[in-house]
Amino acid sequence: MIGTLLRIQWTRLRRDRVAQTLTFVVPVVFFSIFALIFGTTGNGKTPSIRLAVVDEDRSAVSKRVLAALGREDGLKLIREAIPRNSAPNTPRVPIDRERATSMVQDGDLAVALIVPKEWGKYFPDFGQEGPEMELLADTSNPVAPQMTFGLLQKVAMGGSPDLMMEKGLKQMESAGSGFELSTKQREQMTTMLQQLRSSAEAADKEAAAGTNAASASVAAEQGGGAINVKKVDVLGAKKTNPAIAFYAAGIAVMFLLFTCTATGGSLLEEAEDGTLERLLSTRLGMTGLLMTKWLYIALVGVVQITVMFVWGALVFGLELWSHLPGFIIMTTVTAAAAGGFGMCLATFCRSRGQLNAISNIVILTMSALGGSMVPRAFMPEGLQKAGLFTFNGWALDGFLKVFWRERPLWELWPQVSVLVALTAVFLWLARRLARRWETV
Amino acid sequence: MTAVLNIRNARKSFGANQALSGASFELRERELLALLGPNGAGKTTLIRAIAGRVRLDDGEIEIFGEKVDEASRRRLLAVVPQELALYGLLTARENLSGFGRLNGVSPEHIRDKVAWALDWTGLADRADEPIGSFSGGMKRRLNLACSVLHEPKILLLDEPTVGVDPQSRENIYDMLGKLRAGGMSLMVTTHHLEEAEARCERIVIIDHGSVVASGTLPELLEKTVGHLRAVTLTLDRPMPNGPAGCESADHGRVWHTKIADVAAELPGLIQRVQAAGCRVENIEVRSPNLQAAFIALTGKALRE
Ligand SMILES: Nc1ncnc2c1ncn2[C@@H]1O[C@H](COP(=O)(O)OP(=O)(O)OP(=O)(O)O)[C@@H](O)[C@H]1O
Ligand SMILES: [Mg+2]
Repeated sequence: MIGTLLRIQWTRLRRDRVAQTLTFVVPVVFFSIFALIFGTTGNGKTPSIRLAVVDEDRSAVSKRVLAALGREDGLKLIREAIPRNSAPNTPRVPIDRERATSMVQDGDLAVALIVPKEWGKYFPDFGQEGPEMELLADTSNPVAPQMTFGLLQKVAMGGSPDLMMEKGLKQMESAGSGFELSTKQREQMTTMLQQLRSSAEAADKEAAAGTNAASASVAAEQGGGAINVKKVDVLGAKKTNPAIAFYAAGIAVMFLLFTCTATGGSLLEEAEDGTLERLLSTRLGMTGLLMTKWLYIALVGVVQITVMFVWGALVFGLELWSHLPGFIIMTTVTAAAAGGFGMCLATFCRSRGQLNAISNIVILTMSALGGSMVPRAFMPEGLQKAGLFTFNGWALDGFLKVFWRERPLWELWPQVSVLVALTAVFLWLARRLARRWETV
Repeated sequence: MTAVLNIRNARKSFGANQALSGASFELRERELLALLGPNGAGKTTLIRAIAGRVRLDDGEIEIFGEKVDEASRRRLLAVVPQELALYGLLTARENLSGFGRLNGVSPEHIRDKVAWALDWTGLADRADEPIGSFSGGMKRRLNLACSVLHEPKILLLDEPTVGVDPQSRENIYDMLGKLRAGGMSLMVTTHHLEEAEARCERIVIIDHGSVVASGTLPELLEKTVGHLRAVTLTLDRPMPNGPAGCESADHGRVWHTKIADVAAELPGLIQRVQAAGCRVENIEVRSPNLQAAFIALTGKALRE
């Protein structure tokens, strides 16, 4: 009895390609996407963080610390960038404080480090006398500032032993503790410091020549202390509940896609029920029918997002009212495009079962890559780029520009135009695919 | 009577499969025409072609003697689809007014038309219930009503009585009778031959995509099985030599023959049996019917 039933079930699964895909392929695909997102591309390396650096100090010390920082695998230092709002092929110029701030605000990168004037004079600054380094951070990415901070302490400790020791001796001497070096001792110390310095410089040169200097020291792992860093939250500081904007947008876009494909499925339901045949013999026609359905889906989508954001505003302190115009623009174009996407998928699929399976795969993939599940800022660069091929990527960028980066409305133009264009493409495709229901 | 719908030489292939191969017939004013044919004969395809949902490879369709444009066709002609094409979550009233509006009934007339349809279908007391809970027969009637609110002149019904009990079938034909009385011309496809025999004035039989016979029932019978009645005699014991023109079965216990005039010929037949020393246990006389004609024409019995 059980054997027979098992055999029947197994045969059914064997004949159902879609079910097979769902059962065996989708988990592998998702596992791979998340593995890529969290940076383990097989060699166990974490993805490198892009860090803009501004050296206002320009001292030998700051240069050395930054050079050592640049040798860290986890970081990629960016010193030059094209000026803001200029064409992509404009020559790069060194980044200054203002540009660094705008880069973080615009989401070009998640962290920027500013070494203020006079900083080198006080290094290593155990007593917190000198100016602090500033780490400008986009706190939507909690990992990047932490990593940068840790690596900074590591290179300070491990990369400049000579400076550390020199400063330590000076402090001891000046503290008037009765501790004083004899001339002989001082000579020995100076020799040792020179050795330390030349070996540190040799490490710099070696690194420049391309060999990897293993400069890490045990002290570095203990972290903290040698460099004082002030973290500056350039985006979320004045928001009551910064993370909520992020997740509201991510979840809204993903669910919008689910709603739209499910609603688009009503077209297949009508085809199965025969009401489609009846509708097509009325004055409406196929184009009218598709446009009506699309309008309906988009309206449902707008209501859905609105309900969610209003709830977010009332319960979780999401700043909806102050961002209303941007919200309206993004919600409208996103719902329109999602509606088109739903129509397109529904006309492509042959049955509701197929639609469910395919939409699950496509939506989950797009949501994972596009940043609805894990913010794109966490992902390696390659995947961040891949996210731009997804619907979610563009929609989320737009919502984040409104709620997180608080850009002026006109700066939404790339997202709005892409989504509007996508809407047109989706609807055109849906119209073509729907021909199979028309006159044969 | 004038023809309101004229189909000439309709041809349509789906790939290598020829669904219509030169079908021609006409629908006359105010008549109820039955379109009969075995499964796959091309009935639905023909109806869809008339409704403009299938593009013919060749042939002509004329409505009131003209090739009409799409808008006039929609106004003049309506189809009641084979499947129940209704919204299950909507009430009877909502279905009616929705499809009525889509079919071009004006907002000021829709209330009256819906009230008429509810009365006509006998669904007035269930008007505001979602139709998901309706019986098959009720849904059939509603399905029919949804197609006629805009008062087309010609109505094509694709199996309007499929899966419906005899009483509901009567109901549906009574409803169709009222439409005819109002001046509408109707064509139905059906697999119930008795229905076609009893209710339809003319019959068109189609097989392999073309019309194999058409006419009134007597005309069809005349053309196929003729007017002879089939007589079957069952005897108490085998009779070795039957009368001339008789065929035997069951080793001579059962005899079949055909006679033109029952009153004149049957007594003579019985006498000859008795003269042979046998007793008649049962006599069955069958008039020629559509079933016989249908089998003669298509070589197939018709089943739903
Ligand atoms: N859209 C289509 N695509 C391909 N073949 C079709 C299509 N519609 C009908 N056919 C074929 O045309 C032939 C006639 O089909 P049709 O549905 O017209 O028959 P029918 O007389 O209505 O049969 P039934 O009594 O079973 O309803 C069949 O062989 C069918 O497979
Ligand atoms: Mg059919």
